[in-house]
Amino acid sequence: MDLKPDERIDIEELLDGIEDYRPRRKGWTWRKKVEDKEIGDFTYKEMSEDLENSVPLPAARSFDEIDPQPEPVITTEIASGRFEDDIRRMRMAAWHGADHIMVIRTAGQSHMDGLIEGTPQGVGGIPITRKQIRVTRRALDLIEDEVGRPINFHSYVSGVAGPEIAVLFAEEGVNGAHQDPQYNVLYRDVNMYRSFVDAAVAKKLMASVDMLQIDGAHNANATARKAWNVMPELFVQHAINSMFSMKAGMPKDEIALSTVPPAAPPAPDLRINMPYAVALRELFEGFRFRAQQNTKYMESSVREATVTHTLNLLISELTSADLQSTITPDEGRNVPWHYYNVQAVDTAKQAFAGMDGLKELLELKDEGVLREDARELKERSVLFLEEIKEEGGYFKAVSEGYFVDSGRYPERNGDGIARKMDGGVAADSIVPRDDDYLAPVCEHFGYNNLPEDIDKPCDLIGGCTLHNPEKIDFVDELDEEDNVEERLKENKKYRKGNKLKPEVEWLGDGWVNTTLFLPTSQDVAEVAAQKIGEKMGLKNVEVIHREVMHPSEGTLIEMKGKVDFDIDIENLEIPEKEEPLPFDELRNFVDDNPMNVVAATVGEDEHSVGMREIIDIKHGGIEKYGFEVTYLGTSVPINKVVDAAVETNADVILISTIITHNDIHRKNMQKLHDLCVEKGIRDDVTLIGGGTQVTDDIAKEAGMDAGFGRGTHGDDVASFIVKKEKGELD
Amino acid sequence: MPISREDDFEKRREHLKDLSDKELKERFWDLAEEIVDPLIDMAETHTSQSIERSVLLRMGFNSLDAKIIVKKVAEADLLGKGAGHVLLKLSKKENLEVKEAGLAIVDGKYNKDDLKKLFVGGEK
Repeated sequence: MDLKPDERIDIEELLDGIEDYRPRRKGWTWRKKVEDKEIGDFTYKEMSEDLENSVPLPAARSFDEIDPQPEPVITTEIASGRFEDDIRRMRMAAWHGADHIMVIRTAGQSHMDGLIEGTPQGVGGIPITRKQIRVTRRALDLIEDEVGRPINFHSYVSGVAGPEIAVLFAEEGVNGAHQDPQYNVLYRDVNMYRSFVDAAVAKKLMASVDMLQIDGAHNANATARKAWNVMPELFVQHAINSMFSMKAGMPKDEIALSTVPPAAPPAPDLRINMPYAVALRELFEGFRFRAQQNTKYMESSVREATVTHTLNLLISELTSADLQSTITPDEGRNVPWHYYNVQAVDTAKQAFAGMDGLKELLELKDEGVLREDARELKERSVLFLEEIKEEGGYFKAVSEGYFVDSGRYPERNGDGIARKMDGGVAADSIVPRDDDYLAPVCEHFGYNNLPEDIDKPCDLIGGCTLHNPEKIDFVDELDEEDNVEERLKENKKYRKGNKLKPEVEWLGDGWVNTTLFLPTSQDVAEVAAQKIGEKMGLKNVEVIHREVMHPSEGTLIEMKGKVDFDIDIENLEIPEKEEPLPFDELRNFVDDNPMNVVAATVGEDEHSVGMREIIDIKHGGIEKYGFEVTYLGTSVPINKVVDAAVETNADVILISTIITHNDIHRKNMQKLHDLCVEKGIRDDVTLIGGGTQVTDDIAKEAGMDAGFGRGTHGDDVASFIVKKEKGELD
Repeated sequence: MPISREDDFEKRREHLKDLSDKELKERFWDLAEEIVDPLIDMAETHTSQSIERSVLLRMGFNSLDAKIIVKKVAEADLLGKGAGHVLLKLSKKENLEVKEAGLAIVDGKYNKDDLKKLFVGGEK
């Protein structure tokens, strides 16, 4: 099975034979940095190898479609509740530059005592199961071949089934995972002893297949009221998990610290976040850094979120990031929509491209507030560790509410999360290993009374699944209704048929987003928008963003709603699209064959914007290819246009016209053709009509050689002229 | 219960302020290690049902069977021996493949007393 760029991925085919699919590699992959990489007209300092297939940034149109790939791995978090739809989103994200796909788990999985099997639908995430992982890994294997770069697949090893999930991930080629027992304790209220005992086993398994671990410290600043106050604690949490991981067998460079700039504008973002970022990287030298973006201060404005995230990227650039995580800018308003995943990836890609080489221009100061604040944070964190020790150790400290206190340690506000040592989910569930404890399998952490006469532990049972994957006992669906096959049946007409429906999460979900401005107060605007949405025929209308432009003058509203119809692709007339010729070919031809162009906006039309875009060199118009253009202005009578053409011995006449109720546009084009015939120049001149509503067919019917409508650029027009001159048109 | 207190950083830092950055960093990591050592020792010497299920998965049992087997091993109070260990013993005693022994437990062919008897006599 291969992917073709012009075909959607076939989910049924991915499911076929999945019980026998094996991952083709294990372990994490970093991007390969290329020194002084030449891309297009530029030399980049911090870029990695190119992709074979990708979608470049929109502005790349003016830069020969270059798509520089930054050095850090770029993460996107995808989990809509239906993995079969997430796979399509993963493919889109990969084409835009994501190579770390993180799958969020469904609500409640961390309290699930054991593994889930099959492919049930999730809530706010995906039920992580063997089948779901295997199909997704298979899809990612195809997608990475398509884009030409390995893709790291990632999920969570936490909760009360951590060791089992770690085995599952090790067997199925999951490349990275979150693992941090403190996360279980503080945020999932899993019993603290159980959490740490399980974690060591999980970590050793992860290390056995070179999985990259990401810790959970960043959750503290998502929880504390004043996130920037918890900075000393963040160092403590990173240190506890990192030290524990190393002692469980993980190499330092497979341990990534999840770090978020805790403050966000309107706070002085960099002034607060930079000393923290610098101190962290100094204390934890040799570990990996996963730069996550701030979610704590995200509201429903995607613009605001994008600016905050761009500042976060600036911190990554000025310090370091091995992985750059991205947060969808709509997280403050939606369960992330797929195109926002793509946009967040593009934000990272764009910012890194724009900041490439910045460290050659700037360096961080060696004295002053940056150093003073960094030092202070380190001292505060050392004091924190000292007090944990004095208190009687980690467990005691947690029970006394040391963690996630909103005070700037050693200040304490008494609002930390306190957990009982003998409490929480799965309390009283660890058992001492007896002297004759035995586990006849490989990569098992802890005391194991193995006989001495064996090479590896699993020799006792003739091999374990880590060495003999054929021993893995695959479980398929357990629920006859809640599974992928049933969901695929339901939306088949949108996958395999000719029906098309808008979507943001799931195939055919029908959601659309509408932006409107209402000249009234926010309270009135919200209610009015709801009515407008309903009158537009939308179902389940919901205002998802409101922004006051002025208390009485107006409010910006964004609302979502569902459409309950679909479009039949068969009934659409899709015009064939001509590809413009490359710049050099156009330029060289016009250099060798100089051409005069007469251009005008005709009729009673004062609009000149469209025409100027087609002509002007600064808009990428045809002048840049060497055409000699005489622009006559707006509201020009047709006979003037023809006179000018005769006078300048024009090779081409361009006219722009708007559509009018009485067909003036057709008449104008027809008149131009007729006049040229009358003057005896029609055979020597190429006639082109344009305008927002003009199509090639309309123009040709009216005697033109070609017509161009909305979205036309100079290169389209130039290509047509050159092709016609060369005799390459049908 | 969690306490409240004012920021007394200036007072507390007295013993740190003259340390070099390098010394401060060493102190940070020494303390982290001292705090983590008892945690890792506890992990070394304990197990849980999830850990034992992870052993059975590695032995080739699916998650459904692993869950039942570990539950029965726990009911027999044998988690401290290791669930895989119980299966090895059973397979030897009954002359079964390890997988067959596990599935026999799933099928209810052995009760907790049968399992307990496997470890009577201090035999390894």
